[in-house]
Amino acid sequence: MDFNQSADENLFDHARIIGKPHTRVDGALKVTGTAPYAYERHDVADNPLVGYPLGSSIAKGRITRMDATAARNAEGVAAVITALDIDELPRAESNVAKLFGGDIIEHYHQAIAVVVADTLEQARAATSLIEVEYEETPGEFDLDDAWKRLQDRDVVSHVGDVDAAFDSAEVTLDETYHTASQSHAMMEPHATIADWCDGKNMTLWTSNQMIKWTRKALATTFELDPANIRLESPYIGGGFGGKLWLRADAVLAALGSRETGRPVKVALPRSFIFNNATHRSGTVQRLRIASGKDGRITAFDHSAISHTLPGGSGEDAVNQTRCFYAGENRRVAHHAIDMNLPEAADMRAPGEASGLAVLEIAMDEMAEKLGMDPVEFRILNDTQVNPEEPSKRYSDRHFVECLRKGAEVFNWSARNTTPGGKREGQWLIGQGMAGAYRGAPTLDSGARVRLSEGRLIVETDMTDIGTGSYTIIAQTAAETMGLEMDDVEVRLGNSAYPAASGSGGQMGAASSTAGVYAACVALQGEITKRLGVGSARFENGQVVTDDKRVALRDVVPNEELVGEDTLHFGDFKDELEIGTFAAHFVEVAVHAYTGETRLRRTLTVVDAGRILNPVTARSQVIGGMTMAIGAALTESLNIDSHRGYFTNHDLAGYEIAVHADIPEQEVIFLDTQDGASTPLKAKGVGELGICGGAAAVANAMYNATGIRLRDYPMTLDRMLDRLPGA
Amino acid sequence: MKAFSYERIDDAAQAAARAFEVPGAKFIAGGTNLLDLMKHEIEVPLHLIDITQTGLDDITETDEGGVRIGALVSNTALAANERIRRDYPVLSRALFSGASTQLRNKASTGGNLLQRTRCPYFYDTAMPCNKREPGAGCAALDEGADTRQLGVIGTSEHCIATHPSDMAVALRVLDAEVETINPQGQTRRLTLDEFYRLPGDTPDVENVLEPGEIITGVVLPAPVGGRQQYYKVRDRASYAFALVSVALIETDDGKGRVALGGVAHKPWRRDEADAELGNGAKAVMTKLLDGARPTDENAYKLTLAERTLAALLAKE
Repeated sequence: MDFNQSADENLFDHARIIGKPHTRVDGALKVTGTAPYAYERHDVADNPLVGYPLGSSIAKGRITRMDATAARNAEGVAAVITALDIDELPRAESNVAKLFGGDIIEHYHQAIAVVVADTLEQARAATSLIEVEYEETPGEFDLDDAWKRLQDRDVVSHVGDVDAAFDSAEVTLDETYHTASQSHAMMEPHATIADWCDGKNMTLWTSNQMIKWTRKALATTFELDPANIRLESPYIGGGFGGKLWLRADAVLAALGSRETGRPVKVALPRSFIFNNATHRSGTVQRLRIASGKDGRITAFDHSAISHTLPGGSGEDAVNQTRCFYAGENRRVAHHAIDMNLPEAADMRAPGEASGLAVLEIAMDEMAEKLGMDPVEFRILNDTQVNPEEPSKRYSDRHFVECLRKGAEVFNWSARNTTPGGKREGQWLIGQGMAGAYRGAPTLDSGARVRLSEGRLIVETDMTDIGTGSYTIIAQTAAETMGLEMDDVEVRLGNSAYPAASGSGGQMGAASSTAGVYAACVALQGEITKRLGVGSARFENGQVVTDDKRVALRDVVPNEELVGEDTLHFGDFKDELEIGTFAAHFVEVAVHAYTGETRLRRTLTVVDAGRILNPVTARSQVIGGMTMAIGAALTESLNIDSHRGYFTNHDLAGYEIAVHADIPEQEVIFLDTQDGASTPLKAKGVGELGICGGAAAVANAMYNATGIRLRDYPMTLDRMLDRLPGA
Repeated sequence: MKAFSYERIDDAAQAAARAFEVPGAKFIAGGTNLLDLMKHEIEVPLHLIDITQTGLDDITETDEGGVRIGALVSNTALAANERIRRDYPVLSRALFSGASTQLRNKASTGGNLLQRTRCPYFYDTAMPCNKREPGAGCAALDEGADTRQLGVIGTSEHCIATHPSDMAVALRVLDAEVETINPQGQTRRLTLDEFYRLPGDTPDVENVLEPGEIITGVVLPAPVGGRQQYYKVRDRASYAFALVSVALIETDDGKGRVALGGVAHKPWRRDEADAELGNGAKAVMTKLLDGARPTDENAYKLTLAERTLAALLAKE
């Protein structure tokens, strides 16, 4: 099916099931611990061996000697494969860091060996018997140093005359900010069981957000025909972008299986999640804003740097500044600095999460300089067109409504407007807000639907990373086919199924449901053809034409009918800005003596097109906001700038928010539809929640204390000296 | 984890004797810290002696009007004990501020005292650590190190780790004593100050326990009464080690006691600082933290300790 123009009124505007709060269809499996996760697929992978990786203990250099004799002789060990045993594996397009092979060390905890043994304990113990010698070379690990050295920053885009605008501006802001490197820190580590026993056909039971990409990456890495590679990833215990790519778990499991002729399972040890897998790069950002006294913004000038291994793209924090607010003159520049930390790559709202964490503080600072309410300042500078390219309009933008609704529900007008002016006992109370923007991209998505005995099976390689894909896909199919939820079974995450968008970039919900819709329409065509009718309605489990009603189970008894299609998104979308928008409102308490910051309540008002399921969508928004709270207050990969690695590489040291950190969270979805997005008029919300959330916390902290912090995470040591105490 | 042998011994004196005679033996009770350390091969015992059935799990009255806490009393049971909550509230509060419910259910009183530091370099076996491997050096003392959580006082040129226990800070302020039995069956009692060592040039030796000597209990003296508080400051609201914690007892005679956690290799208390309590937080900390040698990254702990005490002393 081609989607070549905005959707008109259609069945989803009169939905029975779509848009309703259905609880997760896979919920019972999750809460009973019976959802089959990759590392536990003993039902399909017979008696697997266990692989355990050894990581490099230096950040940069080369291995000069490895001796695995003792490890090979250890009890229970079936095989040891060291990096020196094989040539460097070809690097897939989507990978920056090398995953295995050869003597070159690019980062700390790069996998340099895998021990395969009967048990985890045997494999783990044997890794410490491997002797390794290195030749270490100095590396670059300090982003601040790079920022100071950097003279000419790549200009990504420049519209108007920014310098002239600043020269003539009545009000200007010019500040520098830092965001910290962050880890996805998902609960389930990267894990794979590989069966490559014959060295030809490879089957992986894995935990991966992108089946199609990863199959391709495996084909490149192992120089295989993709047709010989099968991937299954039906349940994923969190990804957040960390499982978009092929990583060492799958590579080591595959190598181990080929070597031993047995299925091999590898889960990355927790410490590897931080230094072996990918992370979000920290940034240094300078942001300048110019406006007239009337509060109308005349110029933005935003430059940022982030770190990357050579060949990567870092964390582009400036992109949203190009289009979120009005202003005729704008310049942005991002510089990805080659450094020798582990691979920086995508993490939930890559770019925007860091960029809006800064832009939305700067907007707060500008509003204060102007003496304006920060909500009104944003409303005044709203735009319905891309300000860089005014001929390009937003397909459906209700940011102003988000702001107004949020202000009303939060009772924003009643807040204390004097920073540091409200105290309850030893706690300073503050309120803050921020805007949020995230693009709403879509990717072509396919699915297959199979109707038999009145029951429908949906098959697509779309993944569910905890987001609710199973549920919204079941809703889409049931809605389209006139079935009930119980009549539909959804099967995901298998390379044998038609390729969908996968889960990433908040594309999944909108794209994959559109693909399922296309497949259902194909099935409807097959049904009407079999019935010899021109057109029909599908309702109450029946095919309804002008003169007859046939139960779906009776269309072709004892035969399965199949519909398969891919929804292709047309390039009419390129003429539009399609995005999602939100406004966050936050109340915090900051301890007047100690500087501890505790959230009191949050409200997020969301404009993201049709909400397919308010239960699962709400989880996405509050989950994003929870990560934003972590980013604001605690989350930081601490860098040892001498040894070049992230020191706090466990869940005790890398402090994500815990339950006690998270207060009452409220989410309001505006009732909007965006026909330019998909036939369902839906857009994603998986990343919107994290966008701007950290700045809302920061702005509330400023309102509480009168101390403006510009460096994340905003831990108490950054302000302790300036707090009032008594 | 290295292979190890295992046995259970149901008598403390016998367990001590056995530990003395078996090379590389260690006691295991709750295992909440030791098992983690064994998985990382930070601890590599050759033999584990399970002491969970030694019966040291009672909380009883002493003749002196105090309380004797068996070494195996779980952190949960101790924190929830009615007598502890009434007469030693600082201890109950310290326990509840530590770890998580699941860990407190398993963790024992003796094990809590013996838990190892959470210094990130101690935990990473690829890094030099004098505590883990005597003579290897200390990564935390190198330029560029991550030291924000580490010690500020009582440190040495070989180690700046802290002791992570909350419970021990409260016990220190309560003048509790550790009761032990050695392989010869002799018992002794040690104050917390006597029990713990500063790192000096042997940071691997964290307390004065002799080979085989086992903690059988902790004895609290008769209640001192007063207003008792425990304030643990950390970046997130739960499940984190203290940046700084303050145990405070203010007695009716205007005197009191202060101990700090999160700043040193042991719970940190000085008599001369206690004596300054009537003069405010700054006066106390001037004495208590005299001689501190913080890093650039953790100098804030000095300010934080004073401010935290000030918050507790403030009657607002």
